[in-house]
Amino acid sequence: MKISPRMRTALIFAAAIVLPFAGHNGGFTNFLADAGAFVLLALGLNIVVGFAGLLDLGYAAFFAIGSYAFAMLASPQFGIHLPFWVVLFLASGIAAVFGILLGAPTLRLRGDYLAIVTLGFGEIVPQTFLNLTQWTGGPNGIGSLDQPTILVPNIGAHASAGLFTTYKFGFDPLPYYFMVLALIALAVWVASNLRNSRLGRAWMAIREDELAAAHMGINTTTAKLSAFALGASFSGLAGCALASKLQLVSPDQFGFNVSVYILAMLVLGGMGNIPGVIVGSLILSSLERFILPQATNFIHGLQIPGVDLSHVDLSNSRFMIYGVILVLMMLFRPEGLIPSGQRKAELHAADADDTAAAQEQELYSGAVH
Amino acid sequence: MDVILQQLINGLSLGGIYALIALGYTMVYGIIELINFAHGDVYTLGTFFSLAVLTMLGVSGELHGWPLIWISLLTIAVAMLLCGITGVLIERLAYRRLRNAPRLAPLITAIGMSFILENIMQYWKGPSPIPFPQVFPNPSFHAGSVDIAAKQILVILLAVVMMVALQLFIYNTKLGKAMRATAQDRDAAQLMGININTTIALTFLIGSALAGAAGFVSGVYYGSTWFLNGFSAGLKAFTAAVLGGIGNLAGAMLGGFLIGLIEAMTTQFISDQWSNVVVFVVLVLVLIFRPSGLLGESVPNKV
Repeated sequence: MKISPRMRTALIFAAAIVLPFAGHNGGFTNFLADAGAFVLLALGLNIVVGFAGLLDLGYAAFFAIGSYAFAMLASPQFGIHLPFWVVLFLASGIAAVFGILLGAPTLRLRGDYLAIVTLGFGEIVPQTFLNLTQWTGGPNGIGSLDQPTILVPNIGAHASAGLFTTYKFGFDPLPYYFMVLALIALAVWVASNLRNSRLGRAWMAIREDELAAAHMGINTTTAKLSAFALGASFSGLAGCALASKLQLVSPDQFGFNVSVYILAMLVLGGMGNIPGVIVGSLILSSLERFILPQATNFIHGLQIPGVDLSHVDLSNSRFMIYGVILVLMMLFRPEGLIPSGQRKAELHAADADDTAAAQEQELYSGAVH
Repeated sequence: MDVILQQLINGLSLGGIYALIALGYTMVYGIIELINFAHGDVYTLGTFFSLAVLTMLGVSGELHGWPLIWISLLTIAVAMLLCGITGVLIERLAYRRLRNAPRLAPLITAIGMSFILENIMQYWKGPSPIPFPQVFPNPSFHAGSVDIAAKQILVILLAVVMMVALQLFIYNTKLGKAMRATAQDRDAAQLMGININTTIALTFLIGSALAGAAGFVSGVYYGSTWFLNGFSAGLKAFTAAVLGGIGNLAGAMLGGFLIGLIEAMTTQFISDQWSNVVVFVVLVLVLIFRPSGLLGESVPNKV
């Protein structure tokens, strides 16, 4: 039986729904919820970097803005407690607005300058949150954030409570995981539809050759700004999900490391390809959570005479590993582990030209003989 | 007024360090159009190498007279040499293969290299700040109510000397001519018989060696270092290079001193916490309104 892509997506999501019940404890579910939020971030960055080809090195800034927007609108900080689901979309919208505000000045810049300016924004934003102590709590951040609630049918004992009752997410990671999963479904749906839309084709044209795209009548300003806005809006969603789960935002969660971590997910999985990005993101999350601690334990168990391995901790090397991933992938497989066909063709255009030239030459030499 | 004069001195000496780093950015960008993100970490490596040399020589405190001069010269020479080699190795291993790749590929590689270098330094000396021996005696010269420390004079002097030497090298030697030709048009330079690979490697060697010198000076100036030092210093130096006009040596020097002044004035008149933000705002404003910098020429989009 041949499985249609739509069917395959549905099956993967069904598997994702039962996945937390396969774990032995809450720790696994907790991991899944966090990893899911990073999938969401990777999907957002993918719109900017993967689809539109704008290398954004300050993506964590939008993540920070979304998280802080949530924290200020749903916590005792200012005594504002808007309903979670309202804030979720509000924060995502605020992040999108900042995507446009920070994106606008970069429109005329060439690729590498754009990267540096976004990096600058990525430094300015958390530093500003750190310095504006009276509003943001400074280095301590904002805590005791509101937890999401949903209305569920009242099947409990309290008949007096009415037809529906509010269910508070609390500290159990499971409802957060389902929320993140729903947001990922939304993000995948939005991103894949966008990619095949007029706007998506405009992004890809800009990625391949901005000057040519502009001359073909594409409004590069609108296209680039919508990429920044949409990418940022995803990070706003992820920010709310993570902040409400952690109950805390603080400026040290949004450094340059985070931006590069998310970029490494894209580079590893395959920029511009939605399944690739999701896989890349999951690989790095599990690397951090499972593989490195396991490998560390394995090394500690090794008995090599004369060598003391007990102080080796591979978790300290994770940035080394991201660095190595970036370098090796760029050198040997720039299209990522699971590339989209189109991107692969672009990156290997030079090889293809060579092959074509070689074939042509063969043809001519054949004719001479 | 005295406060302003004092901060002028502080800013110029800070700027001397940024200027030395900025030269490396601007040379590499000029020749292969790459923002060598790992350059800031090569600078930190310079401090680490200097520290290693001083430790090996058993120096832990102030030196005087001839030993001060000889040991400083030796340390700076070793740091420059080792940093130069590091730069050449990075180019050979990572950037050379990507010379004809899409523009963003080498930039992403450079970010990766930066992370790798930072982690190596973290292994080497641990994650906390490391003290750097105060080899320079610290007499201050008083000019009115302004204090000028000996090490501040050292920084400014060294930056200017290196700059002059570099200018002489680039404009008066055959290798310098080869570098200028390669920066202008790589293919044409190759057709004229210039060995492109050697020339680019030489650029990395010189740029990284200057960062090594800056690393030594920064150790002496701040009296401590840590493995992440190069990130913000590198970004500020890059800002300096862009401010002066990237690809332009005199511009990098001017930009370095200006950024140092901006940082010192921000620290004095606004607050220490905002100095990074102000520098990045300058970077963003320059890139948006005058991407060619103060001394650079504007380059039209190539088709």
